[in-house]
Amino acid sequence: MDLLEYQGKQLFARHGVPIPDGKAATSVENAVAAADELGYPVVIKAQVLIGGRGKAGGIKLAKDRDEAERHAAAIIGMDIRGFTVHELYVEKASDIAEEYYAAVIFDRGAKKPMVMLSRMGGMEVEEIAEKDPNAMARLHVDPLVGFQAFHGRRLAFEAGIAEDVIRPVGALLERLYQAFIEEDAMLVEVNPLLVTGDRKVVALEAKVTVDGNALYRHAETAELRNSGGEDPQERMARERGLTYVKLDGNVGILGNGAGLVMSTLDVVAQAGGRPANFLDAGGGSKAEEITNAVEVILSDPKVTAVLFNIFGGITRCDEVANGLITAFGSLDISVPFVVRLDGTNDEDGRKLLADAVLPNVHVEKTMLDAASRAVELAGDPPPEGAEQPGPPAGAGASADPEAGAE
Amino acid sequence: MAILVDSETKLVVAGLTGREGSFHGLNNRRYGTDLVAGVTPGKGGQDVEGVPVFNTVHDAVKEAGANTAMVFVPPRFAADSILEAADAGIELVICITEGIPAHDMLRVYTHLKRTDATRLVGPNCPGILSPAKANVGIIPAHFFSEGGVGLVSRSGTLTYQIGNELAQRGFGNSTIVGIGGDPVVGSSFIDVIAEFEQDPETELIVMCGEIGGDEEERTAEYIADNVSKPVIAYIAGFTAPPGKTMGHAGAIVSGSKGTAAAKAEALEAKGVRVGRNPTEVADVASEALARSA
Repeated sequence: MDLLEYQGKQLFARHGVPIPDGKAATSVENAVAAADELGYPVVIKAQVLIGGRGKAGGIKLAKDRDEAERHAAAIIGMDIRGFTVHELYVEKASDIAEEYYAAVIFDRGAKKPMVMLSRMGGMEVEEIAEKDPNAMARLHVDPLVGFQAFHGRRLAFEAGIAEDVIRPVGALLERLYQAFIEEDAMLVEVNPLLVTGDRKVVALEAKVTVDGNALYRHAETAELRNSGGEDPQERMARERGLTYVKLDGNVGILGNGAGLVMSTLDVVAQAGGRPANFLDAGGGSKAEEITNAVEVILSDPKVTAVLFNIFGGITRCDEVANGLITAFGSLDISVPFVVRLDGTNDEDGRKLLADAVLPNVHVEKTMLDAASRAVELAGDPPPEGAEQPGPPAGAGASADPEAGAE
Repeated sequence: MAILVDSETKLVVAGLTGREGSFHGLNNRRYGTDLVAGVTPGKGGQDVEGVPVFNTVHDAVKEAGANTAMVFVPPRFAADSILEAADAGIELVICITEGIPAHDMLRVYTHLKRTDATRLVGPNCPGILSPAKANVGIIPAHFFSEGGVGLVSRSGTLTYQIGNELAQRGFGNSTIVGIGGDPVVGSSFIDVIAEFEQDPETELIVMCGEIGGDEEERTAEYIADNVSKPVIAYIAGFTAPPGKTMGHAGAIVSGSKGTAAAKAEALEAKGVRVGRNPTEVADVASEALARSA
């Protein structure tokens, strides 16, 4: 789960990572009041889970109340690469002497946290690597020992940061690491990490991704679920407890098991089609679960055919067939369905479907035949890249390029 | 022969008194697995259809001689349960539980590597089946028969799909190992493939990977240097967009890292055949087996 900048900063503040003063606001009025309280100049920042806010005009400096009002009004409601701005963060403007980069990432390859520091902040990680491959200092930390002062010193010297801030930067890294561990984060990134004119070290940006599986022990973070910018189908699926990812094609997909569903998307693509979604029904074969899933798939108006790909292991194909028959009874379905039932009780399942004579339901035995049939029935896919919201980038990628804008 | 689980396996199930734990634990016993004990704190002295239940894994080892543990407890208790089994001297822990916090697994993984006495398979995996010998986990055994294909996979149903296609072509399996779909799992492709390489019954290895991380790339290197048996690979998730978790917590393309295309390319560069879909994997494996027969 990704946090908005101000949510990340609030999390930082709880762990003693220094941040500039700031306040979140959901209206122009609130934003102006926050600016008045903080004192001018302030920076008004759009709060969306996507990079490139500065370039899109979502980050503006305001030197007085007039400007604060104007900028807040322009930014709220703005669309940034498919994400609507519902929240603003008003922050006291900082003067910038140096811009560094700091991050802690969950390095799944090494199976250790990795701490990173660079003196070249304010640009994307890839850009830093391109400009100077040696500019990024990296260190793995033993998760059973934790971050030690020497880690901070090694990183600071290796990164070549200004000598007078080695100690405060080391201290900040230690707190950042604590935040990463104690909040069950997969990524905490500060870009830029700022040294101000009076040589104070502060986190000017905050990009935080926390582990959704650990939310049960972080009540404060669990409440922050950011539905702004969330795709409507994805929200509907989440509320129904379904594992669903929206894609941009026209072949709706339901399968059981994450690997099999991913594979189903691939064979649909190989057959010349474009999948509309990923939906893993897991072991769910009850009528209610299937009705729920079908409703979510069909709520995407681009879907022109649906492919059910079931390999029954513990899931029984006859139960899935019964579930589908019930779903057809309670829903108004106008698009063709291709159903592939294989595995446990597959013959019973196929017979049930044949006997039910559902309108426009085609039963296939193999995955490849089913995919071809679904693609054929779906017709031409929509034009490539049509209104798919850009996903927030994962670990270590695309730090906000506008970060140096202040 | 087979790997990891066989007729020597003496199984204790953590969570045997729960609904899922008892359903699958007893299912494993019906298959012929020697289920010797269950563990549920506070329910020691009871039994589940004749299987004694103990308060601690230590008691299950001491009283019932358990050497393999299956963990079926809810995610928030699973790390503790794995560590308890390791502390009790269990050699092999198979964790089925899905949804364990990644940081918990980081600590468990590091500890187990350091003590080097317990092998963990999973979490978030379907378990291990050695056809005609033992089944530990939730793999539907009736599709599979004894044979020469060692199958290792990050996914459950995809494994059944490929295994079933092989069975339809007349080929069975030495052992099927689900290593799990989480970002941090106890055993890697390399760990399992190394076992298959040593196993006389295994003639050919099928590995079934997916997007996320770089395990498949590392495995490609390992195979080139260490494996003499033919390896056929499958990778799921070519159509997955970056930044989205595709069902499994570990199945995510991060920026430009962890894509299916990069994995397939890395494997092919080391001479591993990669099937484009499960059917092609079964076809290629069948051809290779027919040639060696």
